[in-house]
Amino acid sequence: MSLGPEASITDESTAPTADAAERPGEKAIAGRSLKQIAWRRLKKDKVAIAGACVVIFLILVAVLAPLLIKWFGHPFDEPHIDQLDPTLSTPLGKLGGISREFLLGVEPQSGRDIFSRIIYGAQTTLSVAFLSAFVSTILGTVFGLMAGFLGGWVDSVISRIMDFLLAFPQLLFAIALLSVLPDTFFGLGDRWSRVFVLVGVIGFFGWPYIGRIVRGQTLSLREREFVEASRSLGARSGRILFRELLPNLAAPILVYTTLIIPTNILTEAALSFLGVGIPPPNPSWGGMLSDAVTFYQIDPMYMIIPGGVIFITVLAFNLFGDGLRDALDPKAR
Amino acid sequence: MSENLLEVSGLQKHFPITKGLFKRQVGAVRAVDGIDLEVRAGETLGLVGESGCGKSTAGRLFTRILEPTGGKVVFEGNDISHKNVNQLRPLRRDVQMIFQDPYSSLNPRHTVGAIISAPLQIQDIPTPQGLKKAVQELLELVGLNPEHYNRYPHEFSGGQRQRIGIARALALRPKLIVADEPVSALDVSIQAQVVNLLDDLQREFDLTYVFIAHDLSVVRHISDRVAVMYLGKVVEIAERDDLYKNPRHPYTVALMSAVPVPDPARRDRAQRDRVLLTGDVPSPINPPSGCRFRTRCWKAQDICATEEPPLTVRLEDPQSHLTACHFPVVDDETVAGRRPAATPA
Repeated sequence: MSLGPEASITDESTAPTADAAERPGEKAIAGRSLKQIAWRRLKKDKVAIAGACVVIFLILVAVLAPLLIKWFGHPFDEPHIDQLDPTLSTPLGKLGGISREFLLGVEPQSGRDIFSRIIYGAQTTLSVAFLSAFVSTILGTVFGLMAGFLGGWVDSVISRIMDFLLAFPQLLFAIALLSVLPDTFFGLGDRWSRVFVLVGVIGFFGWPYIGRIVRGQTLSLREREFVEASRSLGARSGRILFRELLPNLAAPILVYTTLIIPTNILTEAALSFLGVGIPPPNPSWGGMLSDAVTFYQIDPMYMIIPGGVIFITVLAFNLFGDGLRDALDPKAR
Repeated sequence: MSENLLEVSGLQKHFPITKGLFKRQVGAVRAVDGIDLEVRAGETLGLVGESGCGKSTAGRLFTRILEPTGGKVVFEGNDISHKNVNQLRPLRRDVQMIFQDPYSSLNPRHTVGAIISAPLQIQDIPTPQGLKKAVQELLELVGLNPEHYNRYPHEFSGGQRQRIGIARALALRPKLIVADEPVSALDVSIQAQVVNLLDDLQREFDLTYVFIAHDLSVVRHISDRVAVMYLGKVVEIAERDDLYKNPRHPYTVALMSAVPVPDPARRDRAQRDRVLLTGDVPSPINPPSGCRFRTRCWKAQDICATEEPPLTVRLEDPQSHLTACHFPVVDDETVAGRRPAATPA
């Protein structure tokens, strides 16, 4: 093929010749990576995109919480007794006191602004969920890769540890641990100290789920001929791990990370519900549900709002994660 | 006669079979069980045999992707049988491999450019014209469009992928290329192109090939010498024409007669000469005593069960024709319709 020097440099823009792409739909595009193909497929999945929008919206809300509270709400621990019925201590007005002033109503008994508490709680909940997912992913990837790639006794030891952790009653352990730990340390304040502990506990008990998947994938990838080819070129183990194996593991790792985030949200809510999560008066969605239990007959909105928010959040993450898995699954191509 | 590039002697590879919690070894798959052969500089040695006879394992031992259990691999006078990864790295420049499955031998996450430049980067080979230019030259060499530098393997057909694999093997300008069934996964029209490409490259770069295949006609086309393997051992090795004309080992005879004859006029004769083997290849975990082919051989006698026939010159064959059989097939022997006698394993 005779080509001028400038033609061989601009390889992205030149049209591929007939011997290039057999599939007619892809003829016009030069060098589409699997990432680009996945993105195209994800864009077509309306449900996943809706989930992603909700997730992004929630993240924005959590980041902008102080501003939103200033504009649309009241400080989260400020009581508004004037909004409550003086004899029953229930909110005045319909639907738990929803009004222009109090967008999601007020709490019975204390009269705190539910809107502020929900978005302030979003901050804690999402921090715990994301950070613990991050911890699980890092631990799971490192140990899963080690087990799958090194094999032998390393694999046996790591696999047994994973089995042990999966069989461990993690909720009971978390309750026991959180009730004996001091309320504050490292000068973080009681809210972030507890977030730190929750991240540690949830993240630590979550890694075997990712670890198993990474181990299994590594075991099958290790036998592929491109790994042998790399070895026959004289590549070191580090190069094989990070250049050959890890890029092929990125898709499952990403998918399972997005799928453990909703689980983590639920675990955090459960722990807060049981009274060992974020300490009051700091709001958290699980803690609000727990407080609402006493009032659900006289003020159902107090329970419906945090419950609904947890439901929507978990659903959005799950839909997005499922869509991502479909988009990245090379077998469905 | 030219000098030997690669010599292997008594080469063995046993894969352990383990059982139970403590990985107790209960046996071994004797994939390669004592092969001796040499590869001369500049020649193409064909290695044929049916599935599971240890051809691919042998190829991986020659390139030292696997470490032999026993025996020696000597490349250019250096014993490389038990060298470690770091000691082997300089050797990798001289010995390269082309893989069987073009769909799994290229990393789907890397561009063609990254795949072909990997050997140059790993071996720290300077590219005065620039890495990209070097890759593009290699692409052109194997008949691919150099502009496809930034494409991903999934955008290519099987034949094109195999060409990428060949370009990767050529990048280091090796002396020996072990091609492990390089055309088996391709359809016939593409097979011819790839085989001819390998032929051209051999002439251009003075390459030596070990060509592993199960397709006898492809091997006949490309090889100078052919070695026939059965159950982890070489049973016959000879110059190509000598082997195809006068096969000595009964297994080789049976293998040759299984090649389909495309000419209907000649088909009748071929049908008559057809040797039908009964039974399956015995398990390499527990191979038969003596000659390994005796359980399916129509010439087997008592001595075959007790004494293993050495690989030597038989009958009045030339010095280069070695056969491992107590009762080699003579030139005009009629073998048609012969069935192996039922011998207990």
